[in-house]
Amino acid sequence: MKASKTIKNASRFSREITLGIGLLIILATLAVVAPGFYQAQPLLSLLTREAPSLIVACGMAWVIICRQIDISVGSQFGLCSVCAGLLAGMHWPIALVGICAMALGALLGWVNGFLVAGLRLPSIVVTLATMVTLREGLRWKRQGEFVTLPDTVQWFGFSQQQGQVTIIVVSLLVLIILAVTARHLSLARDIYAVGSDAEAARLAGIPALRITCFVFVLLGALTGLAAILNMAQAPQVDPKTGTGLELKAIAAVVVGGVSISGGRGSLWGVFLGLLLLACISPALTHLHVEAYWERAIHGGIILIAVAGDRFKQGKENS
Amino acid sequence: MPSTLLQLSGITKCFGEVRALRGVSFDLQAGEVHALLGENGAGKSTLIKIITGAHLPDGGSITLNGNLLGPLNPAFARTLGIACIYQQPALFKDLTVAENIGLRLEARGAFKKVDWVGQRKQAETLLQLIGADIHPDEEVKELSMPEQQMVEIACALGAKARIIIMDEPTASLTRKEQELLFKVVRKLRTDGMGIIYISHRLEEIFALSDRVTVLRDGESVGTVRAGAVGEKGLIQRMVGRELAASSIQKNFTPGAIVLELRNLTCKENGTKNVSLEVRAGEVVGMAGMVGAGRTELAQILFGLATPGGGTILVNGKPTEIKSPSDAVKCGIAYVPEDRRRHGVMLEMAIQSNISMASHGRLFPGGWLHEGRENEEALRSIRELGIKTSGPLALANTLSGGNQQKVALGRWLATKPRVLILDEPTQGVDVGAKLEIHKIIRELAASGMAILMISSDLPEVIAVSDRIAVMRLGELVAMLPADATQQEIMAAALGQSVL
Repeated sequence: MKASKTIKNASRFSREITLGIGLLIILATLAVVAPGFYQAQPLLSLLTREAPSLIVACGMAWVIICRQIDISVGSQFGLCSVCAGLLAGMHWPIALVGICAMALGALLGWVNGFLVAGLRLPSIVVTLATMVTLREGLRWKRQGEFVTLPDTVQWFGFSQQQGQVTIIVVSLLVLIILAVTARHLSLARDIYAVGSDAEAARLAGIPALRITCFVFVLLGALTGLAAILNMAQAPQVDPKTGTGLELKAIAAVVVGGVSISGGRGSLWGVFLGLLLLACISPALTHLHVEAYWERAIHGGIILIAVAGDRFKQGKENS
Repeated sequence: MPSTLLQLSGITKCFGEVRALRGVSFDLQAGEVHALLGENGAGKSTLIKIITGAHLPDGGSITLNGNLLGPLNPAFARTLGIACIYQQPALFKDLTVAENIGLRLEARGAFKKVDWVGQRKQAETLLQLIGADIHPDEEVKELSMPEQQMVEIACALGAKARIIIMDEPTASLTRKEQELLFKVVRKLRTDGMGIIYISHRLEEIFALSDRVTVLRDGESVGTVRAGAVGEKGLIQRMVGRELAASSIQKNFTPGAIVLELRNLTCKENGTKNVSLEVRAGEVVGMAGMVGAGRTELAQILFGLATPGGGTILVNGKPTEIKSPSDAVKCGIAYVPEDRRRHGVMLEMAIQSNISMASHGRLFPGGWLHEGRENEEALRSIRELGIKTSGPLALANTLSGGNQQKVALGRWLATKPRVLILDEPTQGVDVGAKLEIHKIIRELAASGMAILMISSDLPEVIAVSDRIAVMRLGELVAMLPADATQQEIMAAALGQSVL
């Protein structure tokens, strides 16, 4: 009885286990071949760089679990960064700037959510439109000009190391809160239900449209937070920042085992997926493989992940 | 001298640890209708899938026209002349009848020219052959359900099928439509085809079939002449026990009026001026032909359609129901007709399914309480007799009848005052049906007001305290519990027909 339960649990977390093993293999290889990888500072920098992506990926995971998609996060990220940078330039306290960035992100998310849930438009088209609109609007307004930040903003005024630790801790806290919520909040259960069958969820009295709108708002707010954590890592804000972020987030979510057709997946998987993808680039450097291969390898991993899902589902269905 | 078309012997099939078929033998003669009968989960679908090549058997042999067959696959089975007609016809709705038939029968090739004239002629001939009065140029979406099934049959004939499998073809047909279909089936039989006929409706089996094979728990309980054993004998074979012939205790003591509708009207879905009251402890059966507006009425009550006029009173208070969540708050629960599409979430655990509509009551504050959820699920499993390995099992591991009970359990967990059931036993086997009837009566006895939509007249009569009959969106009659099937039918058809 107990053994069978363990097996059941193992199969439930099979994606997380596979990812964990993959990650361990890469790390072990690096430990043997390139121990240089394990110096504290580069490692800390790597994690700091990935922290904003982790937060966006967590939000993206909810959107995809709800059977929607948001490809405008990169543009939202850019807009939030620039606006936060301008506010910080006016010497607003950083906490207030953070709140404003999250509020702006939430507002942008709400626009997407309203168009998708309120007008029943397909999310891929809606967010494609907002992606282009926001990005081009930003380019037109800023003309490519960087926003210079006051000194107090970088690393939140701490030393570099303290700042890096703060950023990593904040992103891990967000991950833990969302992952725990996923399991214990009835709202999270509703999101899974809507993702697995929106019509059935509606018939079960779940406000499916409101929930669909909510996941976009949540992703937007998290994107705002991520923008702040990113902004604190550099002395200025590039208005092009965030380009390609949507693909990175979606890749982490898919590799992390969230079903692209909704209703399934966990945030721990997304975390491991992101780490795995993030390790590829430094691993290549240390193994003296040309960095051009990074994207190709990412693509390969995504294909393997999706094919793995298909295979697993096929087995369950037969 | 009838010849054997198809002979299956000792067929076994396992899915993981579940043995779906344990050595089933079955034969089909030319010119016979052979009914396949059994409870849900008895192995009928698996057997059919083996004949159509969708599943490979683990053991046993299949002989067609005296030749032993190797491994089948669906395409190969079709070329051998085996065709299957499912409950929901798999036709292209936006294409015409002729195009649909042509698509199935023509040799494919991207650059092959479509022979429009020949295609139309072929369709005409085939439809005439089965005596169906369908125009080849009509679009399929304009056709009624039996007409669509006839198009399927025409396709099968065009593909030179000798064996036609019909899987619950009458599930969503009205009586008149059934007769139309039966006529065609009888014609096919006279033409020397073999027909395997699956249905839960015993009267159909008696009306149509020559022999009946009863499956129980993956084994064949025997093949008999339909007339030789009688209805009781067949049911007994299916369930393996004597059934008390639908003798349900109705102990209705009228309580207060819980649900009252006054002149409820909705232009969009065709509901006209419906007034009705349901008391606590009462089961009101809703009879009518398919399309009479019964489901539409339920949808208004559950906030899925907005009424244009009239009032809904719950416990005497006028209530506005704008969405399903409003309905749940008012204590109205609706178990929808199509449980596979709108009822249970197949990929979620049974306990998540059961708690789904009662998050507010079970988890105040929005924090999931696994213990409480588990308790609720265990109670449902016990009280409704859901056959499962436990509340954590996924809903897709259950048979149809048990999924239906999970859908029911979900709504009972909301502690509703008004329970609306839409075809609660459709596609459910005889044993589970009787259980569900008992549960409905028990719920009424506990003080619930129940509105039961059903197209199964014996069921309506057996379970209801009063019978409301709808026709074309209107409530045309309110009959007492002892009404006869003829009386109900007459009201549903607008008197003149019977």
